[in-house]
Amino acid sequence: MIPVWQSLAGGALIGAGAAVLLLFDGQVAGISGIVDRVLHGALGEQAWRVAFLMGLLLPATILGTGPVSWQASPGMLSIAGVLVGFGTRVGSGCTSGHGVCGAANLSPRSVVATLTFIAVAVVTVAIVRRVTGA
Amino acid sequence: MTAVVALVAGLLFGLGLLLSGMTDPANIIAFLDVTGAWRPSLALTMTAAFAVALPAFTFARVRGVSLRNVLIPQNDRFRIDRPLLLGSAIFGAGWGLSGICPGPGLMLLAGGDTRAYLFVAGVAVGVFAAGKFSPLRIKKVAGDAQSTLPPV
Repeated sequence: MIPVWQSLAGGALIGAGAAVLLLFDGQVAGISGIVDRVLHGALGEQAWRVAFLMGLLLPATILGTGPVSWQASPGMLSIAGVLVGFGTRVGSGCTSGHGVCGAANLSPRSVVATLTFIAVAVVTVAIVRRVTGA
Repeated sequence: MTAVVALVAGLLFGLGLLLSGMTDPANIIAFLDVTGAWRPSLALTMTAAFAVALPAFTFARVRGVSLRNVLIPQNDRFRIDRPLLLGSAIFGAGWGLSGICPGPGLMLLAGGDTRAYLFVAGVAVGVFAAGKFSPLRIKKVAGDAQSTLPPV
């Protein structure tokens, strides 16, 4: 179990990152959307997105990612990645865009999206547990 | 300046994900595993993030422009449509299978494990597929143009 102070302080930093990007740049810290725009390579308004992603990766690059226990096989991770990439773009957001920013914006749209992906993920985990017997 | 702000924002975000243990898929699965050994850490993290971000988003929504007077596009906060539900459900399935969402997925690349590359490559394929082939996406983009919605 992660120490409570760590969960809370980590969350506060995430919220602070979203707040800084919104208050100073007027942008939403939705990671799937940022990745989408960077991948689709429309040059021009690109610099802040690349800078945000660099900032995001810097702590893990310097400090390491900490313990990582993978929960799926390499093949399953590829499939899960496709579902995550496809789903977040069709649904216009992921945990950061809908779950943190949209919820903080008191957006019913984002709250519904967040409840949907959490509910489906809970069911998915329950099914995987059944199938693998873990 | 815009990029410097974004760099700082990304840094805070990345540090937060790291500190809260959200880069470890086991911690995500533990939160989602409500019928098994459930652990509430992710709920605490999301609550703290919400509490800190709420005043900023409320302020920005009321004011309409950023502190540096950049116009903040007003998101269509009430539009609940089929792409939103279907896309979120598909994302939920991928999230539940892997225990990884886009932010932590990218951060895991820093660890250099092949599995992180496989996951992120999958994400890229999914993003391109959504952009190129999905009729849902086309419908959504048309809606976005109407409401000048930035991708979240």
